[in-house]
Amino acid sequence: MEWEIVIGLEIHAQLATKSKIFSGASTAYGAAPNTQACAVDLGLPGVLPVLNKEVVRMAAKFGLAIGANVSRRSVFDRKNYFYPDLPKGYQISQLALPIVESGQLDIELEDGVTKTIGVTRAHLEEDAGKSLHEDYQGMTGVDLNRAGTPLLEIVSEPDMRSAKEAVAYMKKIHSLVTYLEICDGNMQEGSFRCDANVSVRPKGQEEFGTRTELKNINSFRFVERAINIEVERQIDIIESGGEIVQETRLYDSDKNETRSMRSKEEANDYRYFPDPDLLPVEITEEFLEAIKLTLPELPHEKKTRFVEQYGLKVEDAEVLTSTRAQAQYFEDVVGASSDAKLAANWVVGTLAGMLNKENTEISASPVSAKALGGLLNRIIDNTISGKIAKEVFEAMWQGEGSADDVIESRGLKQITDTGAIEVIIDEIIAANPDQVEQFRAGKEKVMGFFVGQVMKASKGKANPGQVNQLLKQKLS
Amino acid sequence: MHTKTVAELSAGLQQGDFSSTELTQAYLARIKDKGDELNCFVTVTADQALLAAAAADQLRSDGKAGPLTGIPMAHKDIFCTKGVKTSCGSKMLDNFIAPYNASVVERLNEVGMVMLGKTNMDEFAMGSSNETSYYGSVKNPWDLKAVPGGSSGGSAVVVAAQIAPISTGTDTGGSIRQPAALCGITGLKPTYGRVSRYGMIAFASSLDQAGPMARSAEDAAMMLNAMAGFDVRDSTCVDKEVPDYTANLADSLQGLKIGIPKEFFGEGLDAGVADVVQAALKEYENLGAELVDISLPNSGLSVPTYYVVAPAECSSNLSRFDGVRFGYRCDNPVDLEDLYKRSRGEGFGPEVKRRIMIGAYALSAGYYDAYYLKAQKCRRLISDDFKKAYEKVDVIMGPTAPSTAFNIGEKSDDPVTMYLSDIYTIAVNLAGLPGMSIPAGLVDGRPVGLQIIGNYFEESRLLNVAHQFQQATDFHKNVPKAYK
Repeated sequence: MEWEIVIGLEIHAQLATKSKIFSGASTAYGAAPNTQACAVDLGLPGVLPVLNKEVVRMAAKFGLAIGANVSRRSVFDRKNYFYPDLPKGYQISQLALPIVESGQLDIELEDGVTKTIGVTRAHLEEDAGKSLHEDYQGMTGVDLNRAGTPLLEIVSEPDMRSAKEAVAYMKKIHSLVTYLEICDGNMQEGSFRCDANVSVRPKGQEEFGTRTELKNINSFRFVERAINIEVERQIDIIESGGEIVQETRLYDSDKNETRSMRSKEEANDYRYFPDPDLLPVEITEEFLEAIKLTLPELPHEKKTRFVEQYGLKVEDAEVLTSTRAQAQYFEDVVGASSDAKLAANWVVGTLAGMLNKENTEISASPVSAKALGGLLNRIIDNTISGKIAKEVFEAMWQGEGSADDVIESRGLKQITDTGAIEVIIDEIIAANPDQVEQFRAGKEKVMGFFVGQVMKASKGKANPGQVNQLLKQKLS
Repeated sequence: MHTKTVAELSAGLQQGDFSSTELTQAYLARIKDKGDELNCFVTVTADQALLAAAAADQLRSDGKAGPLTGIPMAHKDIFCTKGVKTSCGSKMLDNFIAPYNASVVERLNEVGMVMLGKTNMDEFAMGSSNETSYYGSVKNPWDLKAVPGGSSGGSAVVVAAQIAPISTGTDTGGSIRQPAALCGITGLKPTYGRVSRYGMIAFASSLDQAGPMARSAEDAAMMLNAMAGFDVRDSTCVDKEVPDYTANLADSLQGLKIGIPKEFFGEGLDAGVADVVQAALKEYENLGAELVDISLPNSGLSVPTYYVVAPAECSSNLSRFDGVRFGYRCDNPVDLEDLYKRSRGEGFGPEVKRRIMIGAYALSAGYYDAYYLKAQKCRRLISDDFKKAYEKVDVIMGPTAPSTAFNIGEKSDDPVTMYLSDIYTIAVNLAGLPGMSIPAGLVDGRPVGLQIIGNYFEESRLLNVAHQFQQATDFHKNVPKAYK
């Protein structure tokens, strides 16, 4: 039987505020346990939450960016359950009236088709602390530094039909929240993670199959692998006559398997009710208008502009705009060098390759946009060839200075003096009479051999255009 | 000295008749003498009190004293007090030393009041008789066999027995007004949002409100001046200017329209109490007020509504008492579930458990709409009744409680009968209105309270109405014989 995969994602984006959602404690990552947990975060008797207005602004920004309805009135609810890293015995979240509802986002599939994914809702909530199971001799330690960290939970419609689509959507959301500067997007530190709801159904069937929820996946690669392995598991079960149990499952990346955490029957009754300690969040038109003015150019807007303004290929524009930093870098290179297509080739090609190889963020690139622009200028004005430029680039990466410094110190300036090139050509022609004969007999392919020989003799510095032209004259 | 009101003590301090240190010593001696038999304190903070008194005397000699500087007082043991045990009347918090001060505590410290100690109370403020306290029943000074009411029983008793000049209480369903009535003192529950709840251990967050418990309306007004006001740490606290509550005490009541809800005088009201209340209303007529018959048709919904809303909120508020970070933890838990079950099972008393269970049930999947949501709708109806009434009248009056103080043990086996002792006070919390109870006389030697309910943020008017009554009568000066 042919199966259709149905996926919906719940993405948790940690909002990049300085302080927590309901207290003044710092949200900085990596502090010693419990040093960033104040009385409110510890859930001491008598303390009360006070909403950090910044989170409302950030959530509204996200809502506007996905064309969603930003609720004029949203309400915080308590989700009640017991766990040691949940100090109050309830998590403050939003259930019935979330701050963002009904948005959408376009993703580009591999075949170039664009698909629209619905975003059901996005709501604000506080993160829990962490239980530390190691180093406590059979006991569990609790670190509440993370407790109260603001999260935006972004819930999609079950619109994705493959793991690849899910990854594309997740990347798109990642790109968006970092563009908006509402989330640092750091997946290792857990600032951006997701739960995947996965089910399968026979192709053509309208009714959804029973779903399972894969918890807390924190990399794009794992999302793809977790979904694929889960889909396989579900299909195996159904095809061998079994039934899928609605449950929460954990993806183990070491073993590349999912395993059951708890079933629907074991699930908590969270006894949600509106938190009486917090007033409903009221958003005015003026507030929204002010936020609209702060919205940056969004990835899809930027992509369209890059294609139109710089004449780039759609694929290149897509890659260049995948992060705000990369797009900015590209535009800075263009600003310093003027040839946008050349700049695009270098940023998505040589630079991206190097960054990837050296595992470096573009913001930390040893070759600045301006410096790269300087290098490209030397290609444009024929001081060096593209090939030599790669050598210069590597030297720049190693800290040997600007493009001009490297060209100077390494003596890489292109030979454009016709006389000097002619001398080399004459020597090559004289040394290779057989090949000359062949060329004159009509074997034009030999031309490549001559160009290669000349370039080799000039140590790559001869201007290839001139070499071609002069060779043609001399050989005919 | 112990017979004086706060207003009189303030004048005495001002005139140099005595120092705060002398005053504090006198009250500490009285606590030593009378406190144990009444079981009204959980903690007496004698050393701290003397230090605070010395600091207050210093402030006075520096010319920086205000009207409350150097006046001793007692806090209900529900307010977090830095470095001092804050038990909330529960075994669960018997070992809890609060690391910070509640907003109310902070404010009263700032004006130089001197905390004598923390008063006994029903466990987590759940009770109407002070019998649910882990520290045992508080005794009513009018009759040691009688309950003082609850949950602010200890705070009512220290004032009634003159072992503290004034105290703080909290009122979720009547917990200031009902014990004030049963002990013959003046208690005020302000409008919800008037006083910060920060640092006040939550019972039912949408109902809880702190207020003064005093010997007179004037004293209550003085302390409310210091307690009230916006606090950024409580989102439900209202950012509204605080008037001087003593400023309008002397206003005439000529033309005051007093609404008399017929529902407050029906079945269940003790005849003796009804007579005393009627006499008080007559007195108001003598003072120039007009009595207007009104109806609060949804009054009957108050008790059932309250016993869904309050337990629902408490079931969640009390989840933090889990034995993990503070408070009681059972011995040798075998695993996490055992830790939770035994810490909570052993740390909470039966009334608290009953309410947690009722609340968890009311919020559970499949019952939420039928109970919690329905209760919220009823709450709206109850508020609307008052709204309509205040189109016609200035204040509403009736009995605070259906009877005088009952005997210890009399109702403790029957929670529903016990819950009905708050039948007249609960609606006020559900609507978020300010309410007072003032002494109106005695029945068989036990005090009766007159309840005065005002419109939102009209504490000034309430205090004025109460003060004028107290200028014309001496009921508030009644003191039980053994504590004169």
